[in-house]
Amino acid sequence: MNELSDKENVGELIQYIVIRLGDEQFGIDIRFVDNIVRMQQITRVPKVQHYLKGVINIRGEIVPVMSLRLIMDMKADEITGKTRIIIVKMSGGNLVGLIVDQVAHVLTLDSNNVENVRRGDDRRHGEFLSGVGKYEGGLVSILDLNTLELESLESRDKDREKQLLSVAE
Amino acid sequence: MDVGQYLGVFLDESKEHLQGLNDNIMTLEQDPTDENCINEIFRAAHSLKGMAGTMGFKRMQELTHHMEDVFSDVRAGQLKVNGDMIDQLFKCLDALEGYVTLISDTQDEGTDEHQDIINALNEIRTGKPAEDAAAGKADETPAEGESAADGGADGPAWKKINIKDHDKSRLEEAKAEGKNLFGATVNIQESCILKAARAFLVFKGLEEIGEIIVSDPSTQDIEDEKFELSFSIIIATEESKEKVIEVINHVSEIESVDCGEFDPAAAAAVKAAEEAEENAEAAAAAPEPAAPAAQTTAPAPAAAPAAKEGGEKGAAQGGKKPAGKPAIARTVRVDIDKLDVLMNLVSELIIAKNSLISAATSDKAEAGSVNEQIEYLESVTTNLHESVMKVRMVPIDSVTQKFPRMIRDLNRSLGKPMELTMTGEDTEMDRTVVDEIGDPLMHLLRNSADHGIEPPAERVAAGKPETGQIFLHAYQDGNNVVIEVGDDGRGIDVEAVKRKGIERGVITPEQGEAMSEKAIIGLLFNAGFSTAKTVSEISGRGVGLDVVKSKVESLNGEVDVRTKLGEGSTWIIRLPVTMAIIQALMVKVGGETYAIPLDSIQIIEDVAPEEIKFVQNKEVINLRGSVTPLIRLSESLEVESNQPENANMVVVIVKKGEQQAGLVIDEMLGQLEIVIKPLGKYTSRCKFISGATILGDGEIALILDTNALV
Repeated sequence: MNELSDKENVGELIQYIVIRLGDEQFGIDIRFVDNIVRMQQITRVPKVQHYLKGVINIRGEIVPVMSLRLIMDMKADEITGKTRIIIVKMSGGNLVGLIVDQVAHVLTLDSNNVENVRRGDDRRHGEFLSGVGKYEGGLVSILDLNTLELESLESRDKDREKQLLSVAE
Repeated sequence: MDVGQYLGVFLDESKEHLQGLNDNIMTLEQDPTDENCINEIFRAAHSLKGMAGTMGFKRMQELTHHMEDVFSDVRAGQLKVNGDMIDQLFKCLDALEGYVTLISDTQDEGTDEHQDIINALNEIRTGKPAEDAAAGKADETPAEGESAADGGADGPAWKKINIKDHDKSRLEEAKAEGKNLFGATVNIQESCILKAARAFLVFKGLEEIGEIIVSDPSTQDIEDEKFELSFSIIIATEESKEKVIEVINHVSEIESVDCGEFDPAAAAAVKAAEEAEENAEAAAAAPEPAAPAAQTTAPAPAAAPAAKEGGEKGAAQGGKKPAGKPAIARTVRVDIDKLDVLMNLVSELIIAKNSLISAATSDKAEAGSVNEQIEYLESVTTNLHESVMKVRMVPIDSVTQKFPRMIRDLNRSLGKPMELTMTGEDTEMDRTVVDEIGDPLMHLLRNSADHGIEPPAERVAAGKPETGQIFLHAYQDGNNVVIEVGDDGRGIDVEAVKRKGIERGVITPEQGEAMSEKAIIGLLFNAGFSTAKTVSEISGRGVGLDVVKSKVESLNGEVDVRTKLGEGSTWIIRLPVTMAIIQALMVKVGGETYAIPLDSIQIIEDVAPEEIKFVQNKEVINLRGSVTPLIRLSESLEVESNQPENANMVVVIVKKGEQQAGLVIDEMLGQLEIVIKPLGKYTSRCKFISGATILGDGEIALILDTNALV
């Protein structure tokens, strides 16, 4: 994802699905979106991370569903008529569902109008973003799907545990 | 021609041929005079060479070619099979296998030419040291090129034909039988487009009147159109020279024929003279005559087509070729009968669909006829499902056939005489299981060879025959396939295992005293546990039995061992026949639906709360004399049970190996045939769940892994 909004694609037009979590807006590169489905019965899987809400059936495939809110340490999801699950394609073609409050619109951005976010940026949710896009309607934070890969989530969980332990000491 | 699409087939067939070669060479080692076997080997080597050539793998082709030469000499009775030769041939097969592996990983055969093996093979054929053989080869290649190129400029090319030893004997034989020997050089018109086809017609015509003993270039090269405008042959026939010329001229687009009587003795003299000349030339050209000459001439003819092929590949695949490993489709070979059954079922399905449509659209839609059609549809889908499963089933011999060779090699490297007997190699299992089970079986066999079988002297002292017996029996047992691997060796020394366990700190001495024999043997499956006194190449690196166990368990199987000190041990692997579809008991726990695989269930019990006893603070019940621990699924799965405290409980008794335990559920829903779907890595943290299935209403039910729960 990083490379896409980085160097080579200067001036390239990229379409984003803009989603809302509370009053914040996030953009997801449309090329990684497989499907958007309504909220449905999620089968809980015991003994997994709190942000993994369970699995759903997408065209006969078992797809894990995560709560973006819980990953980003926001308040737990309130399921409404507007709640959607965005099915995204992760590395290796694995599908993963992300619960969002609502899908706002589709946005086309010139990559020149996307400002890169560096690792360690202290912006709110900076660790999950690859950039911030400017458009007439305001600012949209571009999600870096790499940070939602299981491996990076797990290493983040581990770091946090360590931090907690050191605080406790 | 882009041959990429044939790569899968090429790899499959190469592996098959290599396996065939392995098996047959083993047979040959036992009985060096088995003619059928030699012919079989020759055929396999020849096909392998042809295939490698077609696919453009020149190095592989070259190596196979040299191997084929050896077999061809053996077939002609010029060479006797001996131990060294077999060893060398196995080395060659390993190198070929290396090529195949490399090709399957990278689509390229690499650059290793295995010149040492080629030299060794030549050495076997000539009986001379390697350098002479290499020199012999050096003059062979240019001679071929020249004869094709100058086609009769200074004397007809057939007079310079290079005759191999076994061909010479065949020529002499033919002469002794009173046949006429003619040499002929055929020149094809320059405008001819299908040279190979013309050459083929010439060969066909000549074979009707006699036997073509030698051809230059080889028949294979001519078939592949690897020759210039002329080729030479030597034919043994009862017909006259005129007849031969007539037959050749009968083929159109032939420019000229040069034909004459062939005298083997004279030819030998010519060849010797030429060889001397060539050697001199080679010596003049390079400071070191033999080896480098051989190396430079060998790849030269290969270089051009290889480069051409490279270009084609690049053009065909363009930029789309990914940088990583190219994916080679996994294939299953399907018996055509199985496909026919599938086809029939699909047509029945269509008929059922049509009947349903007409039943639904008819004016007076009768509920009875619709139900009838649904029942019909049900039986068709069940059959269809069974047939598709059968298509996925392959016999386990695709993995077991490697083992005789492995034991033979171990035989040599360990210096222990051993014999492997295998039964039930035709037992069928799901392709995914068969692919995975090879390594664990190999490990158990190596284990038997290394740890199990005693050195010959020890065996004799114990009153056993000197040759150790290793066996592998496979058979189907209900919904399981059982594979037993074992030996008649020394068996497992329980005391030694216990000592080792204490030494390694796996158990304390007190624990050791309290443990049953079975539990102690179970320690062998712990990581980092090996009782071999010395670490050997074969086993004893401490990675092994634990890997076997975890692999088998990941396939939903279990492994067990029976052993008797001094009499040998047997490892028993029990695996489900198929992984994709199972019979399961559907249960409810705290409002959620779960599936428990039926084959792990012993019995279902109704237990009153007062029957629960406590042992070491854990809930147990007394089940017909055996103390069975209770596991409350609602606790394990972190849900609220909706059963009242004092009500009777439904307990599903499951077994894990020899152990059993009772799973407390809320409610039983009934038995169902379910399709297992993988859960993916995101939920891998939950060890109790082995997969999921989609129910009739589209909802998902998780499948409990009873092995992890117990």
